[in-house]
Amino acid sequence: MSGLVSVIADGAAYGMLLLLFSIGLSVTLGLMRFINLAHGAFAMCGGYVATTLFNRAGLPFLLTLPCAFLATAAIGIVAERAVIRHVYRMSALQQVLFSIGLAFAASALATIIFGPQQQAMLLPDWLARQADVGGVRIGGYRLFLLASGIVAAAALLFLFNHTLFGARIRAAVDSRRTAEGIGIDVDRLFAVAFALGAGLAGLGGAMSVAFLGLDPTFPFKYLVIVLMVVAIGGPGSIGGSVAAALGLGVIDALFKYVVPEIGSFVIYALLVITMLLFPTGLAGRRA
Amino acid sequence: MKGLARVDPGWVMLALALAGLLLLPDYLLLFSNLFVLGIFALSYDLLQGHAGIVSLGHAAFFGIGAFTAATLARHGLSEPLLGLAAATWLSGLVALVVTPVVVRGNDFTRLLVTLGIGFLVYEAANKARALTGGADGLSDFTVGPVAGLLAFDFLGRTAYVYTLTVLVAIYAMMRRLAASPFGLALRGIRENVRRMPAIGAPVRRHLAMAYTISGAIAGCAGALLVQTGSYASIDMLGFDRSADVMIMTTLGGTGSIPGVVLGAAGFGALKDYLSSVSPKYWQLGLGLVLMASVFIGRGGLAGAFESLRRKLGGER
Repeated sequence: MSGLVSVIADGAAYGMLLLLFSIGLSVTLGLMRFINLAHGAFAMCGGYVATTLFNRAGLPFLLTLPCAFLATAAIGIVAERAVIRHVYRMSALQQVLFSIGLAFAASALATIIFGPQQQAMLLPDWLARQADVGGVRIGGYRLFLLASGIVAAAALLFLFNHTLFGARIRAAVDSRRTAEGIGIDVDRLFAVAFALGAGLAGLGGAMSVAFLGLDPTFPFKYLVIVLMVVAIGGPGSIGGSVAAALGLGVIDALFKYVVPEIGSFVIYALLVITMLLFPTGLAGRRA
Repeated sequence: MKGLARVDPGWVMLALALAGLLLLPDYLLLFSNLFVLGIFALSYDLLQGHAGIVSLGHAAFFGIGAFTAATLARHGLSEPLLGLAAATWLSGLVALVVTPVVVRGNDFTRLLVTLGIGFLVYEAANKARALTGGADGLSDFTVGPVAGLLAFDFLGRTAYVYTLTVLVAIYAMMRRLAASPFGLALRGIRENVRRMPAIGAPVRRHLAMAYTISGAIAGCAGALLVQTGSYASIDMLGFDRSADVMIMTTLGGTGSIPGVVLGAAGFGALKDYLSSVSPKYWQLGLGLVLMASVFIGRGGLAGAFESLRRKLGGER
């Protein structure tokens, strides 16, 4: 029983990371119709920023997280303004090729700079310790991930549902032309949304090092599950993404624990079935 | 000049391939691998270039063909032509079965569904160790002589002739198919999927047929690779191979039959050479080329040749 609880806690922590990885992709896909298979590269980038600052510069762990966010957001906005915004209007095939190329290049750069090995991150004591929650022992870092995930989800929901920025984004997702018609600078909105998404992915990447590990294959390793979160949650829907990320994280962990023989199977079967029954995602916004 | 322009570029490539047989006798196995890639790229081009379906899981069919051929050979049915036919048939059948799942939804959902199917097949193969050898692959089989006459040799002469013959046959078939009413209907679907039903074209049936044929040819390519290499491994149906086929088809020039064969051969040769010299710089270079390819040189190699030919024609 306590095993099951800790598996669910694991899954939920994983789900929180998935949420951070995928929120930017959800927004770019919903807003710009940009199929970005390289979104995981931003998460990887955040991971490397954090490990470098933590291991080489000796920065405290909590300080590396905002640094990872800012650095990745900065890279995101530069890439968006310089190159990526020209890809929005292209066909799905061109976007897929471009973003696969970007993911290849990012992964190769990471290998060249940091080497192919796993990056280690030795957590501070207060995070590495096991915590006792209602008689069940759960890793402190899992709790940290869960708590920050809840904060992030709440902040995102607030940002998208209760602020002017969020209203503009939702308007542009629903109808770009009308949004431009009432004077919303959609082009600038794209850039800000892209940077925010990249930054959040970088933050997720930084937080995931001690949980999922980090090596140059990162952009491809989590490509499918991140795409699944977006597809199932419905592109452009924040609430949908939160639900999908949590759900997928828990389902994945549960099946790998209960029926390890077919564990990795279930998640892909789930993807195909969901796409058949709900081609626009569970939240059902038009993408 | 005009006469030259009318010659099917396939003849030029065939001449080059045969010149390779005489000039580079040490590289025949590499050549036969390139021919296999050409067949695989042709199968994918039918989907992407002609019907406009982007798939991220096409290696599934390649792998099904590969393991069909390997399994038959393991059970004593070592005649390669039989294995080839069985692999083509079975992978075509699987493609037909999954068609209703693929031929619906928009580009994004289709991308995810093909990706999902690709990973499902990969995981299945990974788990079915008895059938596929799991991560170790299969090499405990021998392939008999082609049609009972041509035994596979170490130099790869038989492999060369065998794969080139199949490539030429499929090339000719694709040429015919692209020019047929069916091929034209596929192009119509690619250009405007909404208008096709209005002129009475059964869009779903056409797409289903294209997907089935494409899967069958991909399986044929997989079987050829296994038979000429006497080795089958599960990375034959992995995501990397699905991405590779998409990349080489696009760099060769989607929708151009000679272009994709040339693209596949060029990509295969470069990958064989560069990834052994320096895998990380190969990956970096490939990524940069891909990113650049969507901005410059649309239409790939075939597009570049086409504009070159137009320029030459214009000067005259």
